[in-house]
Amino acid sequence: MKDTKSRLFSSEARLSDLITAHPSLLTLLTRLGISLGFGDRSIADVCESSGVDTDFFLLICNVYTFNNYVPSTAAILGTDMTGLVPYLEKSHKYYVAKRLPHIEYHLDAIAQKLSGRIGMVFISFFKEYKQEVVAHFLHEEKEVFPHIAALMAGQRDTTYSISEFLQTHSDIEGKLDDLLNIIFKYLPPQVDDENVLDVVYDILSLSEDLKKHTFIEEKIMVPLVRHLEKAILS
Amino acid sequence: MKQKLLIVEPSEVIVEGLKAVLESQSRFKLLEPEVTAEHLEERILASRPDVLLINPLILNADVTLLRNEYKVAVVALVYQYVQREVLKAYDGVVEIRDGRTVIIETLAQALPAAEERSKNSYELTKRETAVLVELAQGKTNKEVADALNVSVHTVITHRKNITHKTGIKSVAGLTVYAMLNNLIDESALL
Repeated sequence: MKDTKSRLFSSEARLSDLITAHPSLLTLLTRLGISLGFGDRSIADVCESSGVDTDFFLLICNVYTFNNYVPSTAAILGTDMTGLVPYLEKSHKYYVAKRLPHIEYHLDAIAQKLSGRIGMVFISFFKEYKQEVVAHFLHEEKEVFPHIAALMAGQRDTTYSISEFLQTHSDIEGKLDDLLNIIFKYLPPQVDDENVLDVVYDILSLSEDLKKHTFIEEKIMVPLVRHLEKAILS
Repeated sequence: MKQKLLIVEPSEVIVEGLKAVLESQSRFKLLEPEVTAEHLEERILASRPDVLLINPLILNADVTLLRNEYKVAVVALVYQYVQREVLKAYDGVVEIRDGRTVIIETLAQALPAAEERSKNSYELTKRETAVLVELAQGKTNKEVADALNVSVHTVITHRKNITHKTGIKSVAGLTVYAMLNNLIDESALL
C-alpha cells in the first residue's frame, strides 16, 4: 500500500504527463467534465478552470490506474463529492451510447458469417446483455442517485437505504467474459477477420472500465452514502 | 500423496476384513465405505476417490461411464460368481481369497488407467455435455436433475466443471457454446 501511495498522482503534475503515462485515462476526461486542449497546464489548474474538484478528479484517476488502491473512508469524506453522481451518470451514458453500440456493430458483422440460427443466437446473447446493463443503470439512476442527491441536500428520505444497493448490486461484466471466451475460443475459423480483433479489444477495454465503475460504486459511493445516512439520522 | 480408495460393498464382514487387510499399508487412504451403489455418482463427485473397489453385483451404473466420467479406476470385488464378460469392463479384479500383497498390487495397477483417462481433461465429459444440453434448452437445475435422474447437487457440480473448462458462466453463454459446437440443433431451442 505504501508503495502505491507514493506513486499516486499529485495536483502539481501536468495533465498531459498524466495522460501520456496512462493513455486510458483519456476516456475519463469528458466524463469528468474536462475538454481536450488543456496544453501544458497542471492538473490543479485545468480542474479549476473546468469547475472540477481537483481532489475528486485525482481520486478517480488513481482508482483507474492503480489496481490495489482503495481510498480510505477519511480520504473519501475529505473530498468534495458533489461531482460523483454526475460522473457516474455520464459514465452510464458513455457505456450505453458509445461502447455498447461499437461492440454490437462488430458482433453484427461476425454474426452474418455464422449460419442462420447460430448467428441469431449469438447476437441475441449480446442484445439480452445490453438490456440487462441498461436496466441495471436505470435502476441506479431512478433509485440510488436521487437518494444521494437528497442526502447531499441535507434531506432525510427513509424509503431507500444504501444497504439495499449492495444486496442487489449484480456484476455486469460477467457476461462480457463469457462473450470473450466464446469469441476467441469457440468461433469457427471462417469468421476470423478484423471484426474479431476489434471486438475483442473493445470488450476487454469495456470490461476493465466496468470493473472500475463497479469498484467506484461499491468502495467510494457506498461508504460515502453510509456516512451521509448516519449523519442525517443523528 | 496417498491415493483415495472407496469401497462399495454391502457385507459388513467383508468391509471390515478389507479394512483390516489394508490398514497398515501406506499407498491408499481408505474413505468411509458405501454400503449401496444407490448414490454412487454423488459420492464420487463429493469425495473424488482415485480407486473404486466395488462388488459388481450391486453396481447398477455402467462401469465405462463411471471410469470416463469421473476419471476413477474401477476394480471389481468378487466373492460370488460373476460373468467373465462383466469383469472385462473393470480396471482390475480383486478376489476374496487374494492375499494382502496381491490385493494392494491389483489396486495399484489399476491407477495408471485412470491417470491416462484424465489427460485432455478440458474436454467436456459425456455427463457434462448432457447437463449442458439440458441447460441450454432453458431448464432449471431441478429440471435438469429430474431429466438425467441425478440430484440437484450433482447438476451444480457438473455446472461448476463446465464453467471451469469453458470459461463461460451464464446459461445464455452456454447456449451459444452448445450451438457453436453442434451439441444442440435449432429445433431444440424454443
